[in-house]
Amino acid sequence: MKKSPAPYVSTTNACKLCKPMGACLAFRGIEGTVPFLHGSQGCATYMRRYIISHYREPMDIASSSLGEKHAVYGGEANLKQGLQNVMAKYGAGLIGIATTCLTETIGDDVPMIVRAFRKEMGEAVRSEAIPSLVNVATPSYSGTHMEGFQAAVRAVADQLADLRERTEAVNLMPGFVSPADLRYLKEILQDFGLKGIILPDLSETLDGPAAQDYEKIPPGGTPIQQIRNMGGSRATVELGRTLSKSATAGKLVEERFGVPLHGVGMPIGLRETDGFFQILEEIRGVPTPEKHRAERGRLIDAYVDGHKYVSEKRAVVYGEEDLVVGLTAFLVEIGIQPVLCASGGRSGHFREAIEEVTRDILPLTPLVREGVDFYELAEEAETLSPELLVGHSKGYHLAKRWNIPLVRVGFPIHDRFGGQRILHLGYRGAQHLLDRIVNALIEKKQADSPVGYGYI
Amino acid sequence: MNTDHSVIFQERKDQIHRKGEEPFEISCNKESLAGAVSQRACVFCGSRVVLYPIADALHLVHGPIGCAAYTWDIRGALSSGPELHRLSFSTDLQEKDVIFGGEEKLTRALVELIDRHSPNAAFVYSTCIVGIIGDDLESVCKRVSGEKGIPVIPVQSEGFKGNKREGYHAACNAMFRLIGTGDTTGISPLSVNILGDFNLAGEIWIIQEYYRRMGIETVANVTGDGRVDDLRRAHGAALNVVQCSGATMDLAKMMQEAFGIPFQRVSYFGVEDMAESLYAVARFFGDRDPGIMARTQALVKEELSILYPQLQKYRKALSGKKAAIYVGGAFKAFSLVKAFRLLGMQVVLVGSQTGTEEDYQELHEITDDGTIIVDDSNPLELSSFLKEKDVDVFVGGVKERPIAYKLGVGFCDHNHERKEPLEGFIGMLNFAKEIHASVVSPVWRFVPRKTAGRRG
Ligand code: SF4
Ligand code: SF4
Repeated sequence: MKKSPAPYVSTTNACKLCKPMGACLAFRGIEGTVPFLHGSQGCATYMRRYIISHYREPMDIASSSLGEKHAVYGGEANLKQGLQNVMAKYGAGLIGIATTCLTETIGDDVPMIVRAFRKEMGEAVRSEAIPSLVNVATPSYSGTHMEGFQAAVRAVADQLADLRERTEAVNLMPGFVSPADLRYLKEILQDFGLKGIILPDLSETLDGPAAQDYEKIPPGGTPIQQIRNMGGSRATVELGRTLSKSATAGKLVEERFGVPLHGVGMPIGLRETDGFFQILEEIRGVPTPEKHRAERGRLIDAYVDGHKYVSEKRAVVYGEEDLVVGLTAFLVEIGIQPVLCASGGRSGHFREAIEEVTRDILPLTPLVREGVDFYELAEEAETLSPELLVGHSKGYHLAKRWNIPLVRVGFPIHDRFGGQRILHLGYRGAQHLLDRIVNALIEKKQADSPVGYGYI
Repeated sequence: MNTDHSVIFQERKDQIHRKGEEPFEISCNKESLAGAVSQRACVFCGSRVVLYPIADALHLVHGPIGCAAYTWDIRGALSSGPELHRLSFSTDLQEKDVIFGGEEKLTRALVELIDRHSPNAAFVYSTCIVGIIGDDLESVCKRVSGEKGIPVIPVQSEGFKGNKREGYHAACNAMFRLIGTGDTTGISPLSVNILGDFNLAGEIWIIQEYYRRMGIETVANVTGDGRVDDLRRAHGAALNVVQCSGATMDLAKMMQEAFGIPFQRVSYFGVEDMAESLYAVARFFGDRDPGIMARTQALVKEELSILYPQLQKYRKALSGKKAAIYVGGAFKAFSLVKAFRLLGMQVVLVGSQTGTEEDYQELHEITDDGTIIVDDSNPLELSSFLKEKDVDVFVGGVKERPIAYKLGVGFCDHNHERKEPLEGFIGMLNFAKEIHASVVSPVWRFVPRKTAGRRG
């Protein structure tokens, strides 16, 4: 296998986003929550723009809007004033406070400030309900948006979860997946007869219906009351193979309340989805409902029908680590050869996870690169003559340069419509992905052919 | 319907004015209120916007990854040649850099990128934490400049040091360092620099062509399709024509002081302002070229004879409809108010992120009674104004779009991401088309705001 080239010092066209953005996204998936960035105004505005461009939904992120004097003397006063303003105007049930590079560097002690704020508020308005406050440290100079996302989920579990009563519910930590994926996960749980606490749940908050009014806080999200009793659930399921090797919300709930944790890979493709359904079967003690078994059967049928179009095609897959692991698991099942699996993330477990999901099909693990940017990715991929890209829309420039199709998945999708409705997970998601990949390759063949095939 | 006053912060009351209700007074140019979800960005954003279109320069963002990632190729500033500006370069500071200082990493990143891309100059942007950890950009830039033989210019754009305006100023300071360093022989006495046009969707080419037809040479397209060498010799031009006063007015003033070059404020939006801008430039050159006014009049006449017949259809359909405007800089709002008037539409709300008192005074003068004028607004306010005024179309940027859409209001993107040219006479037609396409769409009849009374 090729040795990694000497790493570059500079970053060009990053394949990752910053940590507080991940936290804001996670907070958006909790009922009645306003994400709040403790830092300068710019970060919040940039992230809003970025998120809105993908989901085409409102995404209000409050900011403590620090100015020069706060950067010198600390942002405590602004943070408190900001929290008060959000309480006054948004009627939030929860404010999710994430720090930024600035406030981490100047050393604001947010947990301390929040404690002081609670005390002050408690005395001032003892009678009125004040929102829950969850805070998470998210300096971007260590980790990516995915670490920020998971840190926020863990912070929510840490600061809110409790054991009030034992229930039959299942905690499901899906990771950063699309609203369509989340709706489908809910359907699966329901079909199993399982009550799920999905944390976070962006399915409605970032893909809501047309409304009569501009909702200050979009409806939907994980109910706070449910989070408060996550310690009473019968089990926790956490998606993501690299995730499961770090300190997660699921582990916290297991250690603190004894709720058994099942870590599985992101259920993308047949085998990873089988693993997920198997866990649900075990938890519920019933076989997979017929509807889903039928979907599985149709998926295998489609694998067969489509295999000639995709077999031995060389693909480059990039994006968040756990998403890439899941996609790779799927691609190797249909006979595509992932020549490069790349991520801007650097969990340290990426290669191992890729190995786990490919080893029963591939004799050799594909080339895996962690912590890369698009410059390195391109340099590496150029020598591998890829025929297909699978990833988010920031790789489009490479698809254009190499004149190969890009099948858009994950986040962000800024150059197509409907990114929030892309289904990746489960048998159904694999079916969608398969259709899209086969069609992308057919389309390419058709477009490149002078014959003008009307039948392929 | 009345405004829901509960959404307006006490602290922001004097940043909102309703024309006709009381004598004009508005407070502006303040720090954004903490927790108010301002639509503003930061100093860095301002600098990045202005310098971004200099296409053959390297733009290195010194800071953690987010600031660079969120500004990767998000603007529609086109280049007729090199496209280095479309790449996103970052030093991607890590924890150890924050602790021990980032100068070393910056130096190595600069050298690496200059060797790789051979740019004609490099701009190094500082972001919030760089301002805190205290890296000496000036000395790093000087050293690398000496070593590599190209100008390497620091941009003092720490995000927290104000809003976009300060960023514009920092960008002007940076550009000013280049000006006066090139050879000016051969420049026509009838010559201009175009300032404050960003060549979105190729707009500057339209404007340049008008000037060419008038007999005027463009020396430097300072902020659109810009080139380092053009900037170096920009002091050889006879006149600076400045659009978007906020962004580049400082540069024009500096050039006036240092090189005695006068400037003329212009706007290329809408028929009135477009024509008047060309006439103003013609008047300036009138004594050097007596024929220029006649040529300009002929040009305007010709353009209008093409435009007016085509506009009629849109005027007819749009007449009497209500428009709202919320943009970054106020200058654009002036032209938009007039452009809507030309379409027979009524502007009922106009605001900007960073307008000055004079800007708002001017808006006050050109708008009708009842119009809401607002500084540094936020989603809650904007949505309540849209409802109160029963607006048909909202002009803004990506962050304003979901506010309009959730309320079932049409939208026109007039921001830096737009892909249709809206400047010049042809731009007015495009603008009318775009407004028309949104306002007359049948989709509005299905949205809840419209159907609410109708269905039980
Ligand atoms: S400073 Fe940090 S939090 Fe803010 S945009 Fe940059 S990377 Fe993200
Ligand atoms: S860190 Fe500072 S410079 Fe970067 S986006 Fe945030 S406010 Fe702007």
